[in-house]
Amino acid sequence: MTVIAPYRSGQRPGPDGFAQLLHAEWTKFRTVRGWVIGTIVAVVVAAGIGLLGTGSGQHFCQQVASIGPARSGADCGLPVFRLGPDGEPVSDSFFFVRQPLAGNGSITVRVTSLTGLLPSSNPNGPPAPTRPGLQEWAKAGIIIKQDTGQGSRYAALMVAGGHGVRMQWNYTADTPGLPGIVGPASPRWLRLTRAGDVITGYDSADGTRWAQVGTVTLPGLPSTVQAGLFTASPDDNQESQHLGGGVNAGGGPTQATAVFDHVTAPGGSFTGGYVGSAEIPGTGGYHQAGGRYTVTGSGDIAPIPAGHGGPADAAATLTSYLLGTFAGLIALTVVAAMFMTAEYRRDLIRVTLAASPRRGRTLAAKAVVIGAVSFAAGLVSAIVALMAGTAITHARGYYEFPVAGPTVVRVVIGTAALAAVSAVLALAIGAMVRRSATAVAIVIAAIVLPYFLAVAAVVPLGAADWLLRITPAAGFAVQGPYPAYPQVTAIYSALSGYFPLAPGAGFAVLCGWTAVALAGAAWLLRRRDA
Amino acid sequence: MHAVASPAAARPARRLALAGWSALPDALHAEWTKLWTLASTWWLLAAAAAITVAVSAAAAAGATCGPLGCAPAQTGADPVKISLTGVDVGQVVVALLAVLAVGGEYGHAMIKVTLAATPRRLVMLAAKAAVVACWAIIAGTVAVLGSVLAGGLILPGRGLSAANGYLLVSLGNGPVLRAALGSVLYLALIALLAVGVTTAVRDSAAGIGLVLGLLYLFPIAAAALPDHVLARHLEQVAPMTAGLYVQVTVGLQALPLAPWQGLGVLALWALGALILGAVVLRLRDA
Repeated sequence: MTVIAPYRSGQRPGPDGFAQLLHAEWTKFRTVRGWVIGTIVAVVVAAGIGLLGTGSGQHFCQQVASIGPARSGADCGLPVFRLGPDGEPVSDSFFFVRQPLAGNGSITVRVTSLTGLLPSSNPNGPPAPTRPGLQEWAKAGIIIKQDTGQGSRYAALMVAGGHGVRMQWNYTADTPGLPGIVGPASPRWLRLTRAGDVITGYDSADGTRWAQVGTVTLPGLPSTVQAGLFTASPDDNQESQHLGGGVNAGGGPTQATAVFDHVTAPGGSFTGGYVGSAEIPGTGGYHQAGGRYTVTGSGDIAPIPAGHGGPADAAATLTSYLLGTFAGLIALTVVAAMFMTAEYRRDLIRVTLAASPRRGRTLAAKAVVIGAVSFAAGLVSAIVALMAGTAITHARGYYEFPVAGPTVVRVVIGTAALAAVSAVLALAIGAMVRRSATAVAIVIAAIVLPYFLAVAAVVPLGAADWLLRITPAAGFAVQGPYPAYPQVTAIYSALSGYFPLAPGAGFAVLCGWTAVALAGAAWLLRRRDA
Repeated sequence: MHAVASPAAARPARRLALAGWSALPDALHAEWTKLWTLASTWWLLAAAAAITVAVSAAAAAGATCGPLGCAPAQTGADPVKISLTGVDVGQVVVALLAVLAVGGEYGHAMIKVTLAATPRRLVMLAAKAAVVACWAIIAGTVAVLGSVLAGGLILPGRGLSAANGYLLVSLGNGPVLRAALGSVLYLALIALLAVGVTTAVRDSAAGIGLVLGLLYLFPIAAAALPDHVLARHLEQVAPMTAGLYVQVTVGLQALPLAPWQGLGVLALWALGALILGAVVLRLRDA
């Protein structure tokens, strides 16, 4: 009996840590010319398409100039919008029946009616509003304002057309009070009290039982402020959904008339006048008879949302600079899917799995490599797109909608993360279906197609919102640069950078889909023969 | 040297060309067999029809009149285009079918066998294009008939009825027939575009990425462009937006191109892609 010793190689086993696996996968990636070219293509198209959104003809400039008072007639003048205390663009024009309020004090009124006029439903009708009706955010009430300059600090308590009593301050803040429509049978008592920098609002249905609506600190308020009654009524954005194609923004100026009585104010007599100017000359005014003040006004005290169909339609946005992201994602999807499926096509997978028999780890290494490459590609394309877009916009004298610095950083990092997670999703789908074209088609149908259906307004807004909530395309929400304001009527569409989910939530939806796909890929990879 | 290069060189070129194209019926038969014996073809055809009809029905069910009332002037709704919304999505599957028909050959080096059997490469490409287009027409017909049927049944219940002044979604109406026929041809042209592009890039993943990028790039860019003149130009040269003009039955005067002209733009894209594919196929080694 001879025992045959099994053959053992004299070679010492090489290291087989995760780092070696990463190195192997990275070497595979960088040595395939097509994949490197594909990644470069992704960066170029993602950055290049955004440049289309940055500029156009002369009418663009004139359109901007017509929105606000430009500094000079020739150039388009920056800034075009009035800016609020926090640097955000605001509309601040309303009819103000005011008196100076020195030191601490309080103002109380009763609102007994709020009525209004809407633009004529005939598109060729007169520009002035003629149709009886109330804009849902028409507002009338009392306000304490730093001065009569547009964009100054304020706190106001008001009845809104369709939203009951509201307390609003410094343009962006809004909190509800008593619900219900104001009228002679259901009047609303409003009271604003100033104590130092703190302003508190109370409302009441009967003038005896009061409830606090909100309290706000306005630092740096001067000792003498302007206080009084106001009425404003924002433009009516009649967003008619073009069924099966596009959203039409129509509408025009509106006006509102409010009746106040039981006015208690510490100062002397009131003076009336516009803050800003009336959109249609001649609208607005007040008269007083026997303690009843009737105030008519148009305009709005509110932030201006970015994007299409509103007053900021012509302003360049981060969203338009980053428009090319979806095209870059298509290219990255192709590369990422092939990074996996090419292994099957050439039977390389057997070598790969022989070298690294723990299949889950192999998949993880591939995911890390393609994720990192895509993150870098997304980062470069986003930075280039934003810098080039901003430079072109400024060079042409166009207006760029302002955005906070931390938001820009979040959008840039978010774009890179969107690219990385999308690529990992493509890799995982590729590992599951093992056919590159099918994998690419699935990923594009999951990420780009819902985005297309929503952005190109093929489906109605409601359906588009749902697509951007539940499909992997929800991840585009990380690119949303501007907050949506519920107290401002506007078309908050994905095209303008408004997504139905918050940035983090949208990204989490994409990550969830990717995690499920990766788990499925790992399971199938272990279970199936290679 | 030249004399012994090839006996075929001695024959008149004209006869040679004819001899090559006479192989077309056999090539067609070969391509037909290749495609229909693949299980994936049947799955993709069924998926294309099912997805198109499902999306169309969902779009019809989601249609609403809006706050201003149901009159056509108020909604601007085009019941025919709504009924055919599914084509926007179903075209992905049709494109995938076409890409796989070509890319699959390169993926498994089948192309060498194919070209050994049909050495006239353009004959092979023509046969493949014809077969793929034929399948696309079959799937497209089922998909479009289903969509029109769904739209005709659902839309009147959503207020877009003939009683309210909308076009009845029925093939008996001239514009509806045009839109339906045009949509079938649209899907066939998308398939031809995909065959051409994939033959040019010789890889199915890159092919489907390019085709879908080409289709969706223009409408997204046009929607976001602040310059509406440029956006309109972009829409009238883009394969998808121009091609889908054939579905429009409302507001034809506002369209940059007439419906059939729009489909013609897509046909030019498909032709261009096929020519590009043919040139690459002729010039490069398989």
